[in-house]
This record gives sequence, C-alpha cells and structure tokens, in this order.
Amino acid sequence: MTETIIFYVFALMTVVAATAVVTVRNPVHAALSLVLTFFTSAIIWMTLEAEFLAISLVLVYVGAVMVLFLFVVMMLDINIARLREGFVRYLPLGIAVAVIMFVMMVSVITGGIFSGDSVIEPIAKAADYSNTKALGRVLYTQYVFAFEIAAVILLVAIVAAISLTMRKRTHTKYQSPSAQIRVTKADRLRIVKMPPSSEPSRSKTLSNESLGNE
Amino acid sequence: MTVSLSHYLILAAVLFSISIAGIVINRKNIIILLMSIEIMLLAVNLNFIAFSHYLNDLAGQVFVFFILTVAAAEAAIGLAILVVLFRNKQSINVADINELKG
Repeated sequence: MTETIIFYVFALMTVVAATAVVTVRNPVHAALSLVLTFFTSAIIWMTLEAEFLAISLVLVYVGAVMVLFLFVVMMLDINIARLREGFVRYLPLGIAVAVIMFVMMVSVITGGIFSGDSVIEPIAKAADYSNTKALGRVLYTQYVFAFEIAAVILLVAIVAAISLTMRKRTHTKYQSPSAQIRVTKADRLRIVKMPPSSEPSRSKTLSNESLGNE
Repeated sequence: MTVSLSHYLILAAVLFSISIAGIVINRKNIIILLMSIEIMLLAVNLNFIAFSHYLNDLAGQVFVFFILTVAAAEAAIGLAILVVLFRNKQSINVADINELKG
C-alpha cells in the first residue's frame, strides 16, 4: 500500500513538472522544472530497486547537466517574447500529436502480453543484495568493451565542447618561449661608438642644484 | 491494489507524449527542444529500468547507464553549439538558422 501511494504521488509530480517544462514562459523556470522531473524520476527508479542509477541520475543530471543548462540559459540574453510566438497556434497540434501517440502506446501496453493474466511478478532479492555490486560486476566483465567506448565518447565530448567554445583573443599578450630561446646577441645588443664628451660632470652638478632648491 | 509493470510503462508513455507535445509547441526555442529530448530519454530509461526490475535482468540497467553517458555528452556538445550559434547570430530562434537553406 505504501509503495502504491509513493508511486502515485511521485508519478503525479513527475508528470506535472514535465508539463511545466514545455509550457512555462521563462526558460530558467523550465530548467528548474526539469530538475524536479529528474528528482522525482530518481525516486521512482529507487522504488524499482535501481539504486545506483537513481543516485547517478541525481549526481550526473541534476548536478552536472542541469547546472550546465542553467548556466547557458542565464548567460544568453534571450528575447523570450519572440521565441514564444506561435505557441498558441501550435498548441492544438501539439496536444493532438501527444494524445494520438499516447493512445497508441497505451493500446500496445494494456492490450498485449502485459495485461490481465500474464502479469509478471518481480523476484524478491536477497537481503544482502547490492545493486551497485551486481551492476559493477556485469559492467566490468560482460560489457567492458562498451564501457571503454562510453569513456571515449565522454573524452570526445570534452574535446568537442572546449574546441567549439574556445575563443582566440587578439589583444592578449603572451610569451613565445621558442622565440625567446632563438634570440641572439646581435638582436638585442647594439654597440655605439661615440667620442667622449668635453664636460663630463656638468649634468651632475645641475641636478644637485635643483635638488638643493627644493 | 499494487503497482504493476503497466503502471510504469504508462507513466513512461505519458512522459514521452509530453515531450513530443513540447517539441511541437516550442518549435522556436532550441533550449526547450533540448530539454524535451532529455525528458524523452528519461521516459525511455524508465521503461528500461521497469523491464529490468520485472524480468530480473541487469542488462536493462547497463543500457540505461550507457544512455545516461551518451545523453550527457549530447547535452554538453549541444549546449556548446548553442553558445557558438548565439555568439554568431545573437539569437537562438530556430527561424533564424537558415544559412543552409539555399
């Protein structure tokens, strides 16, 4: 009974927050609603005994991806009014497409093998069952190649994101070590031959007098 | 009354339909489009985890793990492209991205 109440409460919160993401006016509010959607989904995943993925959803999505979203939304100076034009015009079409897709999917879900007598019951896990341990054991043996590819994908994402957004500044002064090493004595030092001056001490006495006056 | 597999599948279907409607409604705003794609991936992940729980098979959770990885990479690159686009055109309106239209 408790599980049912938890499911319905958090499913309702997820649906309301997801609706808010696509309907609110301000993109910052949409991003914050998406954070709430991820949080409530993580709790639903927790009831499905996927503890590791629930925690990593909160850490990766709420902690990293949504902060990135919020950062970009706040950094860009967006004209919201222009982006909202056509909202009312496309609203009936959007609702129609969503309802058609929902009816199709529900007819598949409730009409086929998932309904009525053929309900699958989950097998109860042992008391010392660790989801993280089991997932890690599978991930590092059976799926180790895919795991390495996922790591490479993340590396490519890092390189791509940095190289896309990095700007070469034209006014910045910076050192060039190779040019500094390549420099020779002839580049920097110029020896000037000049005759000795007739009165070497004149400028010195003048400066002393001006100091004394002050 | 207990929660069964079809409850989770219907919840995922609702989330997927909401994100489809969001893509149709907010067709001018790239940020909301990216967020709708994230909701879509979330719905798919919920399906995977529900099946993984009820069929007692860990492969579904491994797949969700990889989907999370790829979605994080996609969000990072997508937002980087968005920043470059805004720097060049001072706008993130989809209607303004028509350079390749010919």
